[in-house]
Amino acid sequence: MAVLAGRSTDAVAWERARSRRRSRRRRLPLLPALVFTIVVTQIPFLLTIWYSLQSYNLYHPYTRHFAGLSNYTLIFTDSIFRTALVNTVVLTLVPVLASLLLGLGIALLLDRKVLGRGLLRTLITSPFLVMPAAAALVWKFTLLDTQFGLLNFVLGPLGARHTDWINDHSKLTIITVLTWQWTPFMVLILLAGLQSQPGDVLEAARVDGAGPWQIFRSMTLPHLRQYLELGVVLGSIYVVQAFDAIFMITGGGPGQQTTNVPYYLYEAAFRSFDIGRASAMGVVVVAITIVIATFALRTISGLFSDQGMEGRL
Amino acid sequence: MSAPALTRPAPAASPSRGPARRRRRRGGLAGAALGLLTWLVVLLFFFPVAWMALTGFKHESDAATSPPRFAFSPTLAQYQSAVGKAGPYLTHSVLIAVLSTLIVLALALPGAYALSVAPVRKWRDVLFFFISTKMLPVAGAIIPLYVIARNLHLLDTLIVLIILYASMNLPIAVWMIRSFLLEVPSGILEAVRVDGAPFLRQLRSVVLPLIAPGMAATALICFIFAWNEFFLAVNLTTSNAATVPVYLVSFQTGEGQFWAHLCAGATLACLPVLLAGWAAQDKLVRGLTMGAVK
Repeated sequence: MAVLAGRSTDAVAWERARSRRRSRRRRLPLLPALVFTIVVTQIPFLLTIWYSLQSYNLYHPYTRHFAGLSNYTLIFTDSIFRTALVNTVVLTLVPVLASLLLGLGIALLLDRKVLGRGLLRTLITSPFLVMPAAAALVWKFTLLDTQFGLLNFVLGPLGARHTDWINDHSKLTIITVLTWQWTPFMVLILLAGLQSQPGDVLEAARVDGAGPWQIFRSMTLPHLRQYLELGVVLGSIYVVQAFDAIFMITGGGPGQQTTNVPYYLYEAAFRSFDIGRASAMGVVVVAITIVIATFALRTISGLFSDQGMEGRL
Repeated sequence: MSAPALTRPAPAASPSRGPARRRRRRGGLAGAALGLLTWLVVLLFFFPVAWMALTGFKHESDAATSPPRFAFSPTLAQYQSAVGKAGPYLTHSVLIAVLSTLIVLALALPGAYALSVAPVRKWRDVLFFFISTKMLPVAGAIIPLYVIARNLHLLDTLIVLIILYASMNLPIAVWMIRSFLLEVPSGILEAVRVDGAPFLRQLRSVVLPLIAPGMAATALICFIFAWNEFFLAVNLTTSNAATVPVYLVSFQTGEGQFWAHLCAGATLACLPVLLAGWAAQDKLVRGLTMGAVK
């Protein structure tokens, strides 16, 4: 009896060891990527929180000391920071929604039989591919320049011959450039969504006498919902960080009209070298993004389950 | 053919023909008008890119004029001088983008394997951990990165950008490669696994060839993101490792007066990614959505 019991414990132990070995063998290929990602992406964030609790200026490194939450009181009583927060919301929401709507329109147009569709697709993706810094320069000078810019030339007959877009309509300028840049992103996602519609169901609806608008509202739009959500959340995550266009075109100005939080953080860190204050802003940006990211992860998780990717494993 | 994007063993080939064929019968005048509208809208979006490339072929005297000149005698002078001036920056960008992409692929392939073919426990959590790192803004990390790089004397070196761009692209690559691995018929990989060859050899000689096109697309997308990155490059490099976006900053003020030269430089800066993007077009959406949409 005792022998038998002993043997079965052995067997259990052996089985356990084997499964441990197996899971270790399975884990091994993952470790380099995981460790690398944790070290390079997580440690800096923890340090940002740590720095945000200190009074720390790179110009005066020896006066560095623990400062509690004073950096946070500093930034939240700073009217420029509050302006930057509002600007961040405006300069994220408007371009994302505008590019979503334009993207939906263009995706619907491209989902038809049209001459040279492959070429059209290639052309429409280009604004998203070009280097944002390069595009910003082209907009700033050749398109929006007051005197020689193409836009004023085109709008000349409408009486807008001398509009100073960059200074008098700075927010609109940044919004336009960001929308131009992100519309192709939306087109690609929504076009993939449109093309994943089951064709036979649409055909059946048409045979049953449903009009195009009816089909769009009651079938296409619900089907596209996930794709629209994905476009909004991923777009927001990237656009909330917008920096290139602001840096190149307006420099956050005039005044603070186009200063968003990332740009203000850049100024605090790399013009004033105020590490503590800039870090506190960094923490705030992360906090805002986490809210969006939660939605993003939920959407991706939804798409992920729908694709039945798990069924296989 | 009906639902190419969401059924799992998605045939990669031309998922676009279905709806088009369905509508062939409707056509007529309305169809032609919509076709024309499509072309107009797309060309409007493409116009700034075309105008940039075109202005690069102008003499300075034709570049900033009122009214703008659409007909001019072209010259290659601007492009030639831009190649010369941008030379070192282009070299840095190529080195950084290529090397970081190679690191990403080397880390991501085994990682993706361990999250799909022979999954670790809690693979789902790991997968979502990777993607969540992509969602944290770089502004939240730039200050420690700057301080650490400064203390380690890594400011303005190729290494710092190579490491950071690798970490920036790794989550995308893991997700993308995983989605390609899942498309390989499971029998094949299963057979290889019981075969008992050393893991790395299996990976190289069997798995890699099976998903080679997917790996290439992943590489192109990582290259694009690394090439275009601006924030880290501007803050962490000045000259020795300055990339193309940093070169463009010099046009922001003084040199911005010379539009033809500026446009030639900007076109040159965009050319590699435009080519890479056009080459990876079919897989672009998968990269942009971390494999969530095919």
